[in-house]
Amino acid sequence: MTRYRCPGCGYTYDEARGDAHQGFAPGTTWVQIPASWSCPDCAVNEKADFKPVGGEENVGPR
Amino acid sequence: MLRNRIVPLMRPCWLALDAYVRYFSVTSGGAVEQYIDRKRWAWMLSPIWICMPLMGIGLASATGVGAWNWLTLVVWYLVLPVADLVIGSDPNNPPESAIERLDKDVYYRVLPCITVPVHYVILIVAAWYAATRPMGVASFVGLTLSVGLISGLAINTGHELGHKKSGLERWLAKIVLAVVGYGHFFVEHNRGHHKDVATPEDPASARLGENIYVFALRELPGAWRRAWRSEAERLARRGKRVWSLHNEVLQPLLITVPLYAVMLAVLGPVMLIFLPLQAAFGWWQLTTANFIEHYGLLRQKGADGRYERCRPEHSWNANHIATNVILFHLQRHSDHHANPTRRYQSLRNFEGLPQLPSGYPAMFALACVPWVWRRVMDHRVLTWARGDLSKINVDPALSATRRARYERMAAA
Repeated sequence: MTRYRCPGCGYTYDEARGDAHQGFAPGTTWVQIPASWSCPDCAVNEKADFKPVGGEENVGPR
Repeated sequence: MLRNRIVPLMRPCWLALDAYVRYFSVTSGGAVEQYIDRKRWAWMLSPIWICMPLMGIGLASATGVGAWNWLTLVVWYLVLPVADLVIGSDPNNPPESAIERLDKDVYYRVLPCITVPVHYVILIVAAWYAATRPMGVASFVGLTLSVGLISGLAINTGHELGHKKSGLERWLAKIVLAVVGYGHFFVEHNRGHHKDVATPEDPASARLGENIYVFALRELPGAWRRAWRSEAERLARRGKRVWSLHNEVLQPLLITVPLYAVMLAVLGPVMLIFLPLQAAFGWWQLTTANFIEHYGLLRQKGADGRYERCRPEHSWNANHIATNVILFHLQRHSDHHANPTRRYQSLRNFEGLPQLPSGYPAMFALACVPWVWRRVMDHRVLTWARGDLSKINVDPALSATRRARYERMAAA
């Protein structure tokens, strides 16, 4: 299970926890998230912009 | 035991003292990067100035001159533009190192929250006054439009709160939007407008050459439609029905409808004019704000067919002190769109941004007269795009003569 973070606002999608408000049940993998989905907190970044946490450098400007 | 009781009581005192010291340490300077928010106490004007319709009522009662009911409109459209001209633009910019401290500061967080009940008080007291005191038609219209303008600013308060991550602030956003019956803004603004801003897909981004009245016909129903569709999609994923209490478009409406119904029942049929008129004028304020905030600006598409990420240059900015302190920094709109979750006290101005010549009140007035608006703004849009019409969000319904005029302007 991996976590993916919005490089703008820091919202993090955790595959293990899902996101109840967004309608993603715990265990919903990143692949299952629709490509058109964008960050629920800032909407500036889309799915394609998210970076896996703990992987490559993912700290962007606030 | 005693200590546990005293410490929380002391906290407000410490906060006040801390703020006091911080405010006056502006003269001390030093090598360490130190940011003093010179507008710190001025932010209190945001919840205070919205009481202007009540001040108008008070003055009208005391003097017997009904014209005081127009006070709010006079201040907004005449006094504030002059104040922007005289007081000028804001040199303060919080550095990155100050953001965390500013964001955690309780004082800043409390202000938008206490603005929420103030909006309810204004609506209800003004409605009671309009329904129970004899007044002429002109006074009634002045009072109703004054309340409407402030109801429009309830959307501004809801806007600031709705962008925050905490559940309390998000709920307060829905509650304050209910004052003006515009709760769907909470959904569409955050998930729709911010995603598609400065593109032809966004009904709340105005196009070069677009007339505000035509824009309103695209923006008002567009916001409703998109909010509903967005909620329907989200609720379908959650396995909930769209007609349910989970629907965030319906939640604020469940405050608005009973509130307005009770006001109608208690205050009588005059509410059939007062409530729709103030709400419509409130909606109009938002429509005008949307119209001016991204007029003509366009995000470019990359090789992958996606629009570039929203950057500060995709919003018109107004860095005027007088109007920013009464609008929770809404006019530092460029930074807001690039960093939507950033709190109002932390928003910055940048060099080289598309800048409006005045704050929102003057620009709102200009926007209502399309030929004046075009005179003031069109050449600014063309300068922003370095004369390249293909880089501008142009109204596809432009007449051939106007398009030719823009091409001539671009070539010049």
